[in-house]
Amino acid sequence: MKHLLSAQDLTRDQAIQILDIAEEMAATQAREVKKLPTLRGQTVVNLFFEDSTRTRISFETAAKRLSADVINFSPKGSSVSKGESLKDTVLTLGAMHTDAIVVRHYASGAPYNIAHAGWTDACVINAGDGTHQHPTQSLLDAMTMRRHLMGPTPVGQDLNGLSIMIVGDVLHSRVARSGVDLFTTLGAKVTLVAPATLLPIGVDTWPCGVYYDLDQALREAPPDALMMLRVQKERMSAAGGGFFPSPQEYTRDYGLDEARLAALQRHAIVLHPGPMNRGLEITSGAADGARSVIVEQVANGVAVRMAVLYLTMTGAKGKVAA
Amino acid sequence: MAVGAGTEVLTGQDISRALQRIAHEILEKNHGAAGLMLLGIPTRGVPLAARLADVIGGIEAGWEAGRSLGELDVTMYRDDLNRGPIRPLGATRIPPGGIDGATVVLVDDVLYSGRTIRAALDAIADIGRPKAVRLAVLVDRGHRELPIRADYVGKNLPTAADERVTVKLQETDGTDVVLIQRTEGER
Repeated sequence: MKHLLSAQDLTRDQAIQILDIAEEMAATQAREVKKLPTLRGQTVVNLFFEDSTRTRISFETAAKRLSADVINFSPKGSSVSKGESLKDTVLTLGAMHTDAIVVRHYASGAPYNIAHAGWTDACVINAGDGTHQHPTQSLLDAMTMRRHLMGPTPVGQDLNGLSIMIVGDVLHSRVARSGVDLFTTLGAKVTLVAPATLLPIGVDTWPCGVYYDLDQALREAPPDALMMLRVQKERMSAAGGGFFPSPQEYTRDYGLDEARLAALQRHAIVLHPGPMNRGLEITSGAADGARSVIVEQVANGVAVRMAVLYLTMTGAKGKVAA
Repeated sequence: MAVGAGTEVLTGQDISRALQRIAHEILEKNHGAAGLMLLGIPTRGVPLAARLADVIGGIEAGWEAGRSLGELDVTMYRDDLNRGPIRPLGATRIPPGGIDGATVVLVDDVLYSGRTIRAALDAIADIGRPKAVRLAVLVDRGHRELPIRADYVGKNLPTAADERVTVKLQETDGTDVVLIQRTEGER
């Protein structure tokens, strides 16, 4: 695996390999000495054109735990604010012999461009591009679900037979897109629930079911895992931006509250990619409740990113890995 | 890389006799089983360590294999991760008490360049501080690239660099045998 650009590129076997290696990485993180010498001497640049807390820190932690050198780049305070193009920024990094570039960009497809335009021979890992893909997020979601829902020995397993429900702002969500791709590859059944205004055109061609009514969906397709999406206010024009009448109405129709929480199956878990709008798409009671695995998702994120860095950055350079 | 059919150098019985002897040697040198811990290196060091533990448990009553048998994956400590294909990771299972103060015996199938053992020593240093680290191998085929030697050897097998030593075990390959094969030229 040279790059990780989209969850769609992963075969079932590749996805399981990443999750299995992530389990081994997670085991090393319980030790007193958490650092491994695996990527010693290699350099990872975090190229973040968009704000992020957990993804950037998670990638930085993962790279440092594998002994890589980490350089954090943000456009504020760099030549990007003087008008430097993406190409020139990447060429600059290439001239400094970067081994891997972790990209977060507001434009869909920017990581693909960096990987395939011939600007660099570094590994490129997509850390979220526009409304397109966020593959490591869906991998950590899959790891969390596999640990909770696929029995006591997750290693080697997929998500076969699970019912996964993704609720909320699907239109702007790269998390939903990667999730639908990866979870169906792993054999799960995915259901999307959102107001019609927050579903993209062409959603009927996706390999998943669609509901407009959350309570009806919870009755008719009871989920094993319920993933609440963040309402992405920054991608909407004004508060709500005309996508829904008011935040109160969104909360009433699509928010996860105590009543909906109580309607879930006994074993069901609640996920949220973060950052949460508490009180909008999820109540504090649901976010901090016993079913919530939201904090665990963050911990698993480090393990998954260690696995992805390991798989992209080791092996003979230029050789296609098995 | 073409590989010939191979000559059998150790039969199943030879392997079992060698492990019996190694178990006795470990106990002799350690003055009993106190503080002893066996760590198998994946893949084939793991079943070998389990077999040694069985033998030791049969000799020393009161020695519990469950508390003193583990496995140690060294992949992430290797110095050749940038060559060849990407390596899958094995599991690391350290007994609940940890390795601090124990006499750790590393168990592997073939000792060759010594680089795997170098990686294992680094891995051990990250997990704890044992009292001593020893090395038991089923086959020592020579050609060391580092100043490392085995404390317990099943069979010393003088080989040429272009020969390949293959260890097959019941647990991983369905049969117990050690083969030596001549490779016909590099790819």
